[in-house]
Amino acid sequence: MPDLRELHSAILRGDAKAAHTVTEQALAEGIDPLQLVNEYMIPAMDEVGRRFECSEYFVPELLISARAMKSALELIRPLLTARGDKPAGRVAIGTVRGDLHDIGKNLVASLLEGGGFEVIDLGVNVSPETFISTIKEKNANIIAMSALLTTTMPAMKTTIEALKQAGVRDKVKVLIGGAPITQKYADEIGADGYSENAVGAVALAKKACSLAA
Amino acid sequence: MHPLIQSLVEAGPVTTDGAWGTQLQARGLALGEFPDTWNLSHPDCVREVAAAYVAAGSGVILTNTFGANRIRLAEVGQPGAVTEINRRGVELSSDAANGRARVFASIGPSGKLLLDGQITAEELHAAFAEQAHALAGAGADALVIETMTDLEEAKLVVAAARETGLPVVACMVFDSGKAKDRTMMGQTPEQAAEALTQSGADVIGANCGQGIAGFISICKRLRAATDRPIWIKPNAGLPTVVAGQAQYSATANEFAAFVPSLVEAGAQFIGGCCGTNPEFVAEIRRVVGRKAT
Repeated sequence: MPDLRELHSAILRGDAKAAHTVTEQALAEGIDPLQLVNEYMIPAMDEVGRRFECSEYFVPELLISARAMKSALELIRPLLTARGDKPAGRVAIGTVRGDLHDIGKNLVASLLEGGGFEVIDLGVNVSPETFISTIKEKNANIIAMSALLTTTMPAMKTTIEALKQAGVRDKVKVLIGGAPITQKYADEIGADGYSENAVGAVALAKKACSLAA
Repeated sequence: MHPLIQSLVEAGPVTTDGAWGTQLQARGLALGEFPDTWNLSHPDCVREVAAAYVAAGSGVILTNTFGANRIRLAEVGQPGAVTEINRRGVELSSDAANGRARVFASIGPSGKLLLDGQITAEELHAAFAEQAHALAGAGADALVIETMTDLEEAKLVVAAARETGLPVVACMVFDSGKAKDRTMMGQTPEQAAEALTQSGADVIGANCGQGIAGFISICKRLRAATDRPIWIKPNAGLPTVVAGQAQYSATANEFAAFVPSLVEAGAQFIGGCCGTNPEFVAEIRRVVGRKAT
């Protein structure tokens, strides 16, 4: 019987192999996958987030911890899907039209997956139409938009307007982020949330789905 | 010290240039349009921006080649245009400088993260060696590796750039952490200065990421961690978007008020990044003064 605290520890230190091995062993012993997720994995990512917020961890640590989380989730997700468990939420994420920068967007996508969300990564240079069709066809309930340039920020406003025109604005929560983005801008364009970093994005997404942050 | 760099800094702090993207936008560059391609499609406008900085007093101007590596050009469908875009970029700046300013060619990041496996060290080296050689071949006086967010990538680019034999400026963005004194990847000014000095950069610095106030301390820390001259290019504060246009909070005067502190902190190449313009450069030049050109 593996020591499950090792799963928490493996994620915290970004050890994907150990996270995978402990999860494998635990599942083989019949441990409930949801227990692993809720008692060890999510608390580990929450701690990663806390350390990032107080500048102990930076992007590299976030990345390797998210990777460790995902290597464990890989084993768990099929089991949850098979028994009809739903993800915390379904997020359509993309860098807005005209903008090709994706490092931040990829980081947020990674952490959202680690946080138990289903993530539909639309890539870069994403048109409002693509966001809309993802809402309609894939039932995304969160739209996450990223922009790195002040010149592409306006596409966030355009996208929100397009969501309204298409009659889907109230079906989703819209979260935005990126280097030039501010809370003020988020308020101005009617976004539901803004975070200055990837860790905050996960907290916002959880709040948006009415789970404990 | 590299003789060119020596000759530039011995007469006092050198005024470099300001933002190019916003200057090109003022001349019609569309939202989301890739600025570097204007070297081919709108050369006169590019030359005008360079000329405006020379006229404002820049002793060193850069080139419109920030994104002109094959990785980023592939994203806009033009991976084969690397040599031409870089060459034209140097030519246009050189035309505009006309002997009154040095041309330090700009090399920006790949936009891919090494740590995430989006790219390999070999691919990075090849792309930046290609760009550096094109810039050197066109007659650039030096290479400026700027706005780097990952020290691992920066080291690779410095190595590629040094193959040309030109002096190399290497600068990073420090905008993360509680004190906004770390790179996105968590590296400190001390770590950056040490690694970049070891990699052979001739000038070391910081640009972008925040307004000028935060750069005083970063400059001091870089200065203390290396014997290379220090290159600083802050933003004009933080932008807000008003009626679809980005507006920056600091005026040229407000920016220039910090320049004496920056000089005291050890900055030897001073210019501006996002949100700055020829007015900022004129103010920097006025404050810094120049005993001899």
